[in-house]
Amino acid sequence: MSKQIIVPFGPQHPVLPEPLHLDLVLEDETVIDVIPTIGYVHRGLEKLVEKREYTEYVFIAERICGICSFIHSQTYVQGIEAIMGIEVPERTQYLRTIWSEYSRLHSHLLWLGLFADGMGFESVFMNAWRLREHILDDLEATTGGRVIQGVCKVGGVRRDISHEKLDDMVKGLKGMEKDLHDLTSVFLHDPSVSHRLKGIGVLGKADAYELGAVGPTARGSGLAIDIRETGYAAFDKINFRPVVEHDGDCYARCAVRAKEMFTSIDIIEQCVRKIPDGPVDVKVTGAPDGEYFSRAEQPRGEVIHYIKGNGKKNLVRHRVRTPTFTNIPPLVKLLKGCELADVPVIVLTIDPCIGCAER
Amino acid sequence: MTFFQMTKTVIKNLFRGPSTLMYPAKPAKKTNLSRGHVSIKPEGCITCRSCQRKCPTGAICVEVKEKSWQIDNMRCVVCSACVDVCPTRCLTMETQYRAPLTARGGKEKYTVAGPKKKEPAATDEAKPKE
Repeated sequence: MSKQIIVPFGPQHPVLPEPLHLDLVLEDETVIDVIPTIGYVHRGLEKLVEKREYTEYVFIAERICGICSFIHSQTYVQGIEAIMGIEVPERTQYLRTIWSEYSRLHSHLLWLGLFADGMGFESVFMNAWRLREHILDDLEATTGGRVIQGVCKVGGVRRDISHEKLDDMVKGLKGMEKDLHDLTSVFLHDPSVSHRLKGIGVLGKADAYELGAVGPTARGSGLAIDIRETGYAAFDKINFRPVVEHDGDCYARCAVRAKEMFTSIDIIEQCVRKIPDGPVDVKVTGAPDGEYFSRAEQPRGEVIHYIKGNGKKNLVRHRVRTPTFTNIPPLVKLLKGCELADVPVIVLTIDPCIGCAER
Repeated sequence: MTFFQMTKTVIKNLFRGPSTLMYPAKPAKKTNLSRGHVSIKPEGCITCRSCQRKCPTGAICVEVKEKSWQIDNMRCVVCSACVDVCPTRCLTMETQYRAPLTARGGKEKYTVAGPKKKEPAATDEAKPKE
């Protein structure tokens, strides 16, 4: 047996935009064990629920993550509405679906850019972020914020989208779809990209299930887990199938994300076709009394908001289980046995969002 | 095949202008809904303190006796909750961002008109004194 050495990876590392620390135990160039550490950006957002009114806390729930911000506020608001028995109008459900799919597109394009940049494929990075700018422009034009939309509230949404704007948005997405197709096909069919990703960091279906992988990490391993299929918001009226790949390697996870962007565009199109007229919010009185587990599908996987209230304006407990947090045990499994040079690529394929994971 | 696809994109990019703006020489793209910063028309404020109660970060401070309205721009997260709740619509959301601030320079204080009903009462009180 050769000598073991420990190489610290992160929290500051060129490929990591966020502070995740991994202690890699190496034998020669092979990783034989990984000890993950988080806790560099803990902000105590869940504790703040005791200090803020449940209606104001939406703004804080939204700030848990800077990328999937809309879906965090949506999940929180859905939980409160379920406890209080509020029936939100149908138009609101469709608007929430449209915005959540927009944030999925924006998150996947951001990931594609960062991932390509991490591998040294700079032109894909530039092109992905140029396309992402269209998505952000549409988000800003409809909600008022590029990244922090601030559009969800208990009992509905704060902004409506006109029919002309909805048609414009679909037209813009249709125009973008062709560029996106060019971009993803260049990325996925490039021989050097395939060589770098295929057969590396393989997570079997049974392992993915047992270690609790969620989102594209699970779907890349052949597990068809997609919380959108439970039919929250307007997803029960939309016809779509989750994208599943069976190889379980880095390439499969990338392919899932690349193909999901087209599913998102299709969902938005269906929503715009089916969206009914009507009000976008209802009046809310009283305070939540009870507890609820609210689930939603984020770009990175399933997010759970546990909410408990006791009939007062301030909630008693709020706990968030974010997808990156659940994807850390599968990441440890993926890294065991790989080469040191493959570590950055494997870490980026689970799309880590540490700001989310630590709240 | 992929090589030719990439060449197409490269050639397209050659003839297209840059996607970025020369910010701040050219102003950033803004829409009607964009949230830049909160501004107040002091003559419309009735010091009802709704904005202060609704502010999730406690950035707004309204003094009823002093008839003043103060915002701490370092605390403000531009959520637009105050603008939505303002009964007289004297708070508005500007689309352009505020210039950068230092930690101590963020506070802005305005003397406002105050509640409308009290004005005749004040003149009534002033008359007997004369």
